[in-house]
Parts: sequence; C-alpha cells; structure tokens
Amino acid sequence: METTSLLPLLILGSSLIPGVLILLLREDQSALRSFLNLFGAVAKVSLIAWVFAGYLRGEEYTFIFRLAPQLTFALQVDQLGLFFATLSSVLWLVTTLYAIGYLEGGQHRRRFFAFFSLCITASTGIALSGNVVTFFIFYEFLTLATYPLVVHLGTDKAVNAGRTYLWYTIGGGTVLFLGVVGLYVLAGPVYFGQTEIIASLISENAPQLTILFFVFLAGLGVKAAIFPLHSWLPISMVAPAPVSALLHAVAVVKAGAFGIIRLVYDVYGIGVAEQMNLLTPLAVLAAFTILYGSIRALFQDDFKKRLAYSTVSQVSYIALGVAIPGVLASAGAIVHLVHQGIMKITMFFAAGSVAETYGHYKISELNGIGRRMPLTMGAFTTAVFGMIGLPPIAGFVSKWYLGLGAVEAGSYWVVLVLLGSSALNAAYFLPIVYRAWFCEPDHERVSRIRSGRLETRALLLIPVVVTGLFSLAAGVFAALAGSPLSIAREIAEKFYLL
Amino acid sequence: MTDLPTSPFPALLVGLPILVATLSLFFRPRGKAVVGLMGCLLTGGLGLIALVEVMQQGTVIHILGGWDPPLGILLRMDSLAAVFIGMTAVVGVFISLYAWWFFRAREATNGGFPLFWPLWLFLWAGLNGLFLSNDLFNLFVTIEVIGMSAVALAVLSGKTAAQIAGLRYLLAAITGSMAYLFGVALIYGSTGTLDLGLLRQVLEPGATTTFALLVITLGLMIKMAGFPFHFWLPPAHSSALAPVSALLSALVVKGAFYILLRLWMEVFGVSITFSAGQLIGLAGAIAVIWGSWQAFMQTSLKLIVAHSSVAQLGYLLMIFPLLILAPGVAAGSADWLSPAWTAGVYQVMAHAFAKASFFLSAGIIIMALGHDHKGSLRDLASRMPMTVMAIGIAGVSLIGLPPSGGFFAKWMLLKGIFLSGQWWWAPVVLAGSFLTAGYVFMLLRLAFATAREKEPFRPVPKGLEVCALLLALGSFLIVLPAEYLIQFLESSEAFGSGIQSIMEGGTYGND
Repeated sequence: METTSLLPLLILGSSLIPGVLILLLREDQSALRSFLNLFGAVAKVSLIAWVFAGYLRGEEYTFIFRLAPQLTFALQVDQLGLFFATLSSVLWLVTTLYAIGYLEGGQHRRRFFAFFSLCITASTGIALSGNVVTFFIFYEFLTLATYPLVVHLGTDKAVNAGRTYLWYTIGGGTVLFLGVVGLYVLAGPVYFGQTEIIASLISENAPQLTILFFVFLAGLGVKAAIFPLHSWLPISMVAPAPVSALLHAVAVVKAGAFGIIRLVYDVYGIGVAEQMNLLTPLAVLAAFTILYGSIRALFQDDFKKRLAYSTVSQVSYIALGVAIPGVLASAGAIVHLVHQGIMKITMFFAAGSVAETYGHYKISELNGIGRRMPLTMGAFTTAVFGMIGLPPIAGFVSKWYLGLGAVEAGSYWVVLVLLGSSALNAAYFLPIVYRAWFCEPDHERVSRIRSGRLETRALLLIPVVVTGLFSLAAGVFAALAGSPLSIAREIAEKFYLL
Repeated sequence: MTDLPTSPFPALLVGLPILVATLSLFFRPRGKAVVGLMGCLLTGGLGLIALVEVMQQGTVIHILGGWDPPLGILLRMDSLAAVFIGMTAVVGVFISLYAWWFFRAREATNGGFPLFWPLWLFLWAGLNGLFLSNDLFNLFVTIEVIGMSAVALAVLSGKTAAQIAGLRYLLAAITGSMAYLFGVALIYGSTGTLDLGLLRQVLEPGATTTFALLVITLGLMIKMAGFPFHFWLPPAHSSALAPVSALLSALVVKGAFYILLRLWMEVFGVSITFSAGQLIGLAGAIAVIWGSWQAFMQTSLKLIVAHSSVAQLGYLLMIFPLLILAPGVAAGSADWLSPAWTAGVYQVMAHAFAKASFFLSAGIIIMALGHDHKGSLRDLASRMPMTVMAIGIAGVSLIGLPPSGGFFAKWMLLKGIFLSGQWWWAPVVLAGSFLTAGYVFMLLRLAFATAREKEPFRPVPKGLEVCALLLALGSFLIVLPAEYLIQFLESSEAFGSGIQSIMEGGTYGND
C-alpha cells in the first residue's frame, strides 16, 4: 500500500479532463470537440494497455487519498479491474466514433459528449476502485453522469424515462449507502481482495453480515437490472442509440454486475459466501430474471425495447455465474462481462444505424433490411448467433463455461435454465434475422433518409463491423493466451486459490 | 484562561464590519455600495487570516479594553469558532460579490437597495461576535444584533409579502430571544456567572438547571427554525431578495445552532438526559421528512429551496441524541462522538455552500424570467447551462451523493448512528436523502425538458452565474481537507471537553 502511483488517476483524467473541457467549449466548435474526445479515448486505451503490461510484469499501481480517518479514496489496479477497464475504454473509443456520426447535426452535442466522457470516467473509476467507498463514489457519479444522456432528446417521453431511471438508481444508491456505512462500522475500511476481514467476523456477526449482503445486493441489483428491480432499463432505451449501447454494454448495467462480482469474490470471498448460504437466493433470482427478461422480449415490437429486455436477461448470466460456486462458472460469469458487452453493443449500433438510415424503429418494418445494409445486419446476425449460444461466437463460450460450472457444482437445474434461455433467445432474435434477410422489402415504406456511397455513413458502419468482428474473434480465439476467456480463467482461479 | 495567546483578530473581526457599516451610512447610495463591498471583502479576508492564525497558534483570545473578565469582555477563538468564521468569510464574500452585480443590474428600477450593505455588515459583525463570545450574555447580544439586521434585510425589497413574512420573522426572533434570555437569567440567578468556562465547573444538576436548559434550547430552536418552530422560515426566506435569502439560509440560522452545540457539548453536559436528546432528535427527524416533503410539493423555486432548509436544519438537530448514550450503555471509547459532531459541522458547511448557491441561482432565474414558477424552468439547460449546473451540483450536495460535503456529513451521521447503537435514526437519514433527490431532480428534469412556449428571456450578468457555480463547487471542495479539519476541530474546547468527560467517567450526560 505504500507505493503511490498517479497512473490510475491519469487513466481517470483521460476522460474527465476532455469531459470538462468540452463543457467549456462552444456548441459550434465540433472539430475541436471531436478531437478532444478521440484524443482522450485513445489516450485512455493506451494508458490502460500500459498499466496492464506493467501489472503483468508484477508492478503495483495504487493511488490513495485519505479523506478522513478510515475513509480513504483509493484507486488500485488488479486483474479484474483492468479487465473491466479495458472493456470500457475500448468500447468507449468505438462508441465515440459512432456517436460522432450518429449525432451529426444534432442538438446539444456539447452536453452530450461532455457527459458521455464523464460517464466513462465513472465506469473506469468503478473498475479501478480499491475499496468499497471509492466504488460507491463512482457508482453514484455514474448515475448522475448518465442522467443528462438519458433525457438527451428532451421530449416528454425521454424526460419521463429519466425520472424513472433516477427513482430506481437513486433508490438503489441510497440502499447501497446504508450497506457501505454498515460494512464500515462492522468491519472497518474494506479493500477489495481483503476477504480475510469478513472471514474473521463470521463467527460473531453472522446475522449482520447476512443482512448486509442482501442490502448490498438490493443496491447493486438495481443497476444490474435483476428482477424485480429491472423496470428502468427498458424504459431508458428512449435515449439515443450510442447511449443505449454504452449503457447496456459497459456503463450502468455492467457497473451493477461488476459490483456483484466484487461483492462476492473480493469483499465476502466465495468461501464465506458459500458457507453462509448467501448464494442460493442470488442464483434463483438471477435464473428467474434470465427467463423473465427473455419472455418479455418476445412480445416487444420496438427494436430497441426488445434488445433492452434481452439485456435484462443476459446480464443476469453474470449474476448466475457468480452464484454458482466453482472456477468454471466464475470464469463464465467474468468473461460474460466482456462477451455480453461486445455483442450487445453491436446490436444497439445496428439498431441505431437502421433507424438513422431508413427511419425504421419497429421490428415489423425490417423486412429485407439485410439486403440494403448487408454489413450492418451481418454484424448484427453474428451477435444474434452469439447471444443464442452458437459456436464459435463469444456467447457460446460464456454459456459453455456456465453450463460446465453448473454441472460441476451439481446444479443441474441451471443447465435447464440455460437451455431454456437459449431457446427463448432464438425465438425472439431469429425472427429479426429472418425478416432482415429472407423477407421481401415493403417497397412503399423504403425511403432512405441519408444517402452515400456506403450502405450508411462510414462512422456508423465501421464501429458496428469492428464490434461484430470482436464478438467473432473472442469466440474463435478463446483458447489463445490473452483472449478474454484466458484472462477470466486466471482471475477466477485466483479467487479460488485463496 | 488568560494564559492563552492574545491576538487582535477577534476584536478586528467584530470591529471592522461595524466601523465600515457606520462609515458607509455617510455616503451616497452609489458610495454605500462601493464602501460596503470593500468592507465585505476586507472582513472576509480577515476571517480567513484569522482561521490560519488559529490553525498555527491554537486557541487565541482577546480581552476588550484590557479589562479582565468578569468585568470586561473576553473574545475567544478556538478551532470551532475559527471554522465557522472561515466558512462565513468564504460564503459571505461570494454572496457580497453576487449582491454587487445583482443590485447593479437592478439599479435602474429601484436604486439598488443601498441599505443592504450596512445591514449586511452589521449582520456579519454579529455573526463573528457570536462565534467568538464566551459568555451567555454576549451570546444574547450578538444574537439580537443578528436577528434585527436579518429582519431588516428580509423586508428590504419592500414588497407586501416580504413585509408580512418579515413581521412573522420578527415575532419569532423576539420570542426566541426572550426564551433564551429567561434561561440565562435563571442560570445567572443560581450560579452567579455567565462565563461558559466557569459554568461548566459550577453548574449542578437540578430542577433550575434543567428548566433553564429547556427554555434556552427552545429559544434557540425557534431561532434556528427547528421543527415545530419552522413556520416562519419558508415565507421569510423565500420572499427576500436573492442575496438576502442566501445569507439568511446559509449563515443566519447557523448562529443559533452554533450556540446550541456549544452549550450542549461544553456547558450542560451534567443535566442532559437521554430522553431530552431523543426528543430533540425526533424534532429533527420530523423536520427532515416533513421539510423535504413540503419542498417536493411547492410550485415556486424559492419556496422549494426555503422548505429544503427546514429539512437540512433537521439533520443538524439529529446529531444531538447521538451525543448522549442510552442509559445502561457503557462507552468503551469516544469513537461514536467524533463522527456525530463531525457530521454536524460538515452539515453546516455543506448546507451553507449549497443553499447559498441554490438561492443565488434562484435569483438568477428570477432575474432572467421575471418569476420563479417551477414550470418556467423548462428548457433552462440549454439557455443557462451554468446555472443549471450550479443547481445540479448544489442539489447533489444537499441529497448527500458522493463525494460532496453533504455526503460526508451523512456518512459521518450514519456512522455515529450505528456506533452509538441508535440505529432507529438511520431510515430517517436515508428517507431524507431520497426525498431530497425527489425535489432536486424534479427541478433538473424540468430544466432538461423542451419548452412548451417561448418565454421572454433577459440576459443575466455572467458574474452572477459564476458566483453561484463556485459556491456549489465549494460544497464539494470542503471534503478535501476533511482529515485535517477533523483533527483541527478536535482541539476545540467544546469537543475536547465532551470527549474528555467520556474518557474520564463514561457518563457524559447519562442518566
């Protein structure tokens, strides 16, 4: 703990500073704004790569600022955090490109890009938090930074969605606050990874620890959209497509899921959590959410709404994997952080591009869209197959590990849930694919909003293709060293060696 | 007591504003404003220098005219007083700068309210004097000076609503003062001294002491608008001019709280019972819920902000039960006491910065739109982004989201609540935060919504917006020196003696 490094702070600064500077710019300085944004995004990716390399060489990066006795702002670098930080920084870069294309000529772009950067700052901060209170600070910061993005359009619908979003997340944050203070009073300042603190309290304070666990879970479950705390997520999809993409892939939803991973593995420790029987309720809730989200998705005609319910279902895979003891299931949960992110962001990019290019918002309008936007829908289709769990795409890998883990732990019912969910995924995603590629286009409806040589504007096309390829590569090369899976396995093995 | 280092600052902090205020009375209206602003900047600078002085030297005193107490007046500046003076200096300077631009912008219509400046300087002198006083009677005098200048400021706009509210304010202030004076008289009758340090040694538990404590506490609660005596605050604070509202909410009510804190921690330890603490805590808890709910229901911006003050002051009352352990609970250490009063001091500071900023923003909006019905906030985010930002930041601090001063205060409050074993206060803290989020985000939601119809919009001097934004940021920046500040405060007489009693006997204020 003695070594102090400013690098973690710099990683946060790489998005915080552009965010604040953009706020100070004028609305019409769009070139400078884009430059700042991209510069920050590239800087962040490089910094994280640098730190990751250093971490693998065995260096430590810790930044500590004492606010008060026992109240410390700590940024700390560990493998899980870096894993998540890498995901958010890479997807931020991609999404920034997409957003520049998507919002061209739109209103309030200064505000949008500023809060977009702040949002990523919060997300990276969550990844690099060294202790519970720092995590909480960024967790709440994320709520606030996302709000202006959700209400960006300023329509009544958007504003109402923003209200729902806030009621849920602020409520969750308040509950989490109670949990954090409770933990501090009981156990003192808990740094992530110091599971021995809780382990030493278990004999005396078992009831309090159980209550605290569920208080934490209720607070985190709001952002992770676990049933019955999920309703804000489908409503918030009125936000512009890049926001939904980021919200569903790395920022808000993942913050909750990441928090659950931290809570179980790095605060309580998997051994304690299993011993105190805390995991079964989580597993049941997660399994229920998986099926519930999928069933609700079946009945949505709004493209983005269907995707949103699908997120409700998919993110609970992470919670489910966490709740099944065993290295394989844990690895499946951790790797799904990344896999779900890249697949879902591809889908939202595709939905946004279709809406921007042809003005189609409903699934029933998508007939024949694959012929007009082959690359976009190709990427989308890849992601769909991944979500369903077809090899060799990323989603298959996570499901495979989750399934293996469940069998290893003897929870055969989980396998049934996974199979059921795959079937449901197929049932709500394949009709989109079918319409896109095999149905005749309704010629009366087709009028292209934006023209150009490519199937849509380049800035809308490149990101979706890139993330589509990511989803494919993450599955195909899963066995190689350095793939998300191999890193996730390493992380999971560390949790169990302790 | 007299072996403490002597410093001229305590006398200057009171004397300078009075001198400048008197001087300014001889100037024409324009001159009043210039002299007044200079006086404010000087007083503010002096306050900060004095804070640094106490940080370096520890508690300093000043004996007026060289007459030793009890004959003369002794001003004592310990770390608690220094922190309050420093806070008043920073907030006061920003409000003064705001007032300068605010009144200049309105000068054409009503001459720029030149009397604001001497009144505000008298008020400032009263506040500094209150923080520095070391006996019950001086406290009474200063609180009267504050009350009278505050009422005069509140009716400065001359509008009927302000005058009616001002009259109510005056009656409440006088009632509070009389109750306080009555209690002081009882104590003087039974002990023969008014000096806080002496009282601590000679005060004995008994019916007289208990009754005196009761009336003093009641009087001060009226002054600080503690529930159920909060009725005068919303109309008075909301109908005043924007800089005045900010002063009243951010600083004036804190004076009464300061006395209450000092007396409970420093003097009355012997006669406070557990149930008395619970009762005052209950009043605070109701204020938190009721005030927040009322704020949520209001339709004009300034009334929302004013009702929010009632709630935020409720949090201050909630620290009092934590100072006293339940009968039968032994204090192993004083670890529960420190979070409780840290919470109090931080709540005072966070609220001062955030609420001042909030009222100043409301003033900006009124200036731009001509009224402050909350519906007119629509689409404000694109027309006045800086002001919306200020409201957002100040609001976040009021809610208590990290890493604001309000968060730090609530963190410490919850910690104190759990450590002292009085867990039943915890839901109130959380519910208060949640309700506060309700009205703050209601405002932000409107600010982001598209406008139904275009309203006439008058541009506003940038300086006003900058002042409001900086104050809002201040409510976050106060967290940075927290660790140092806590240590600094622990050296103060009030907290030191409280902790000492516990460490010695474990019976501070116990039944």
